[in-house]
Amino acid sequence: MELLNQVTQFVISGLATGAIYALIGLSFAIIFNSTGIINFAQGEFVMLGGVLTIFSLNVLHLPLVAAIVVAVAVTTIIGLVFERLAIRPLKNATPLALIIITIGASILIRGLVMLLWGKDTQALPAFSGTDPISIAGATLLPQHLWIFGVTILVIVGCRLFFNHTISGKAMRACSFNRRAANLVGISVGRMVLFSFVISAAVGSLAGVIIAPLTMTAYDVGVMLGLKGFCAAIMGGMGSGLGTVLGGLILGTLESLGAGLISSGYKDAIAFFILLLILFIRPQGLFKKGETERV
Amino acid sequence: MKTDRIKFLVFALVVLLIPLPLSGGYLTNVLIFVGINSVLALGLNLLLGYAGQISLGQAAFFGLGAYGSGVLTTAYAMNPWLAMIAVALCVAAFAFAIGFPVLRLKGHYLAMATLGVGVIVNIALNETVELTGGPSGLSGIPNLQVGSLTFDSDLKNYYLVWVFALGMILLSLNLVNSRFGRGLRAIHDSEVAARVMGVNARLMKVQVFTLSAFMSAIMGSLYCHVMTFISPSSFGFSMSVELLTMVVIGGLGSVYGSILGALLLTLLPEMLRTFQDYDIIVYGLLLITMTIYLPGGLAEGIPALFRRLVPVRKVTEGSDA
Amino acid sequence: MICGENAAQKGRETVKKLVSTAFASFALFCLSTAALAAPPIKIGALFAVTGPASFLGEPERNTAQMVVDEINKAGGVKGRKLELITYDTGGDATKAVQLANKLVKNDQVVAIIGPSTTGDSMAIIPVVEKAQIPLISCAAGSKITEPVKKWVFKTAQNDGLAVARIFEQLKKEKKTKVAILTVSDGFGASGREQLKAQAAHYGIQILSDDTYGPKDTDMTAQLAKIRGSQAQALICWGTNPGPAVIARNAKQLGLTIPVYMSHGVSSKKFIELAGDAAEGIRLPSGKVLVADLLPKNDKQRNSLLAFIKDYQNHFKAEGDHFGGHAWDAVMLLKGAIEKGGDTPAGIRNALESTRNFAGIGGVFSYSAKDHAGLTKDAFTLVEVRKKDWVLVK
Repeated sequence: MELLNQVTQFVISGLATGAIYALIGLSFAIIFNSTGIINFAQGEFVMLGGVLTIFSLNVLHLPLVAAIVVAVAVTTIIGLVFERLAIRPLKNATPLALIIITIGASILIRGLVMLLWGKDTQALPAFSGTDPISIAGATLLPQHLWIFGVTILVIVGCRLFFNHTISGKAMRACSFNRRAANLVGISVGRMVLFSFVISAAVGSLAGVIIAPLTMTAYDVGVMLGLKGFCAAIMGGMGSGLGTVLGGLILGTLESLGAGLISSGYKDAIAFFILLLILFIRPQGLFKKGETERV
Repeated sequence: MKTDRIKFLVFALVVLLIPLPLSGGYLTNVLIFVGINSVLALGLNLLLGYAGQISLGQAAFFGLGAYGSGVLTTAYAMNPWLAMIAVALCVAAFAFAIGFPVLRLKGHYLAMATLGVGVIVNIALNETVELTGGPSGLSGIPNLQVGSLTFDSDLKNYYLVWVFALGMILLSLNLVNSRFGRGLRAIHDSEVAARVMGVNARLMKVQVFTLSAFMSAIMGSLYCHVMTFISPSSFGFSMSVELLTMVVIGGLGSVYGSILGALLLTLLPEMLRTFQDYDIIVYGLLLITMTIYLPGGLAEGIPALFRRLVPVRKVTEGSDA
Repeated sequence: MICGENAAQKGRETVKKLVSTAFASFALFCLSTAALAAPPIKIGALFAVTGPASFLGEPERNTAQMVVDEINKAGGVKGRKLELITYDTGGDATKAVQLANKLVKNDQVVAIIGPSTTGDSMAIIPVVEKAQIPLISCAAGSKITEPVKKWVFKTAQNDGLAVARIFEQLKKEKKTKVAILTVSDGFGASGREQLKAQAAHYGIQILSDDTYGPKDTDMTAQLAKIRGSQAQALICWGTNPGPAVIARNAKQLGLTIPVYMSHGVSSKKFIELAGDAAEGIRLPSGKVLVADLLPKNDKQRNSLLAFIKDYQNHFKAEGDHFGGHAWDAVMLLKGAIEKGGDTPAGIRNALESTRNFAGIGGVFSYSAKDHAGLTKDAFTLVEVRKKDWVLVK
């Protein structure tokens, strides 16, 4: 009975952490799907969301909702500027050059935040209290519900956007075949810009809603970005359910690994399973295989 | 081919003469690490610049080499030279074994898989406390010795590391100009086409992966004997990223480029020290602007710049810049 | 090459001799005219100002610079100014070694304070031992000064002392079964080692031994496991933000056993981060946290109040015990220079004979056998009550 209780708690905690990874994974996938770029600065968008909210709240003395809006808006603008200054000037860049540039950008953003707001970890107050909620013998915090809620909203939003709007369809067209998209009159450049804007917004939103739980500092982006990337890969880099499942699986694996096997090796266990998935199903868990174009 | 040989000789001469005016000062110490980083970057460049396969876990092989030698020479009091060879061979075997499944992957999947290997190895170094000392590190590693000569000063270590480095640079130069090297470049351009032409792409990729792991492991052993103390944080993800940056800034597919990249990135923090806390920003900016405006890396950029500034004179700058 | 080096060295030595004779006569001349024009005494400092250990390095650098400025304002040491040369190691062992070499060879300092972390300290020990320059480390790991190294001292309290303080309290309360949860970095590993080593001595049994990563954001899995065990207390060893997450998770899970943290979180920052969840948590701390609660006759009181006031004036922030490690290091060095002169060997000998120096971290008494210099009195046990610290009786 005790063990059963524990396992329920492991799974519930794992799902909660997994939802965070899923949300970040989605923001990775949005850029990748319309540009083929893996944005290593994605974690920094997440960090910016949290740090900017706390700044608006404590220094500008805005109410919470306004602070969140400001944080997401500013991060989105940063995403836009980043695309304009660092991605756009590169014509026909190799994927590798793009990886390096985004790594450079992540270092830059991290450095700027460190100088502007210092190195201290800060906490955001929980949106709706800290009284634990009990589910089948396991407990959750109200903030976890916020995370689940926002994740669901973002998935639904993405689905509607990519399947039912002109811009969304155009962005998908770019990911399938850039040249063909260009030929039918889609401005590929604008779609790339778009994807950075949306991705920065989703990433920063993730950063805002997790800040009350995980706290935030200039350097939280690296690990969160890595885990989000992991989730996206498990889901086959799609911007839908696959990535979300990838995130949830990753979170649950980590939590079960920590609780049942060894807390020290929990990340190693998660990465080991990721490797196995890659070896057996390199196209991700939930995608059909593709043949390579020559 | 002959100019290549002369180029290498000039480079080797410069390397051997540089410490003399420095008279064992602090810069000699930095240049030891330049030597180590050069070979690490070179190993990655063989994989990345020539065969076109990315690796974000290169620091793992470096770390395994360092810890292998460190543990064998302290806890088991093994002969350091013997340990170095044994460890390098084991690391190479490990790379060979994981090379087959890992290198079947492409692009960002390959990046993720190599990153995963790096993370797992780093966690293992952290967690096997009884063996490695865990996060607080392993100390008391002996210096290397040849007969009665102990490599215990910066100057001696400089020559130790650079003799190894020169050997590996020479090996790499020969390799990339061989049939094997041409095969690698064919894989880089199009793996399918290379396979059609009769290149055993799969095996060759694994072979070059194994070679780069071997080179990294040897450097790891040297690193642990030079430092006499190691801790897992020196072999993490950030080190892998730093190596990648060296290769790209130096120039993909250029042996001397890797050395330039290693030199620049190892000296850069020194030069940026005047900026105090701002160095991290300058570092990020440099990465971005260099990739945008100097996509071929320094190996392409410096000669081009030189030609523009000094139109006629013959270029020998590449070696001592 | 090696022969060339020897020849060059001989040549250099002759030149050095000439220069030093010239310099000595020049110095004599100067000394007689104006003592104040004497060159400053160079002290090196290595702190992890950036990187994961910046919570240590930043207050340490600030404090060191502050104390040196204050000393210079008051006329320096024996009429000579101090010059502090600080470098940032970023918590990277390789960089620490390069920078230690730079301090020794280029800047020619007479002593080094720092580094902030045990890893960095262990990495540069071979460098200072070889160069024969005294080092006063600000890191906590006991292996820095055990076994004793001729040139290496430290100011941060050994982890072992903090562990002893907690175990003593548990023994008093007749609690014999504990669970430990430590962070998987140098700080946590050292704490874990000490916890396991000393448990038997106090008749305490460690029922579960778990770790978490420095950047982990959820520790409910480990805590749920601990909740299911028979443990009577939880001891958690880490630095912010991990322990704050653990405190919140423990509250979420309704963990009822007492929670002990390490001195790694003994600052207001922890209470701020953990919020309500910090209530009732106990930890061993340097006395700086509760300076105003100390009895009037406490030896450290004057030092503590001076440090807190100075730090408040300079940085508009509360001085913590990490900054205190640097305060102690600079003040110990000042005392050693006054007593032993400005040569590395003189400073080392004077340091080793320092007795009863009441600093921030405790009352230091170094000896040939002990280069850490503190006893477990350096720690007091405090508890969080109503978002503030109170002494545990």
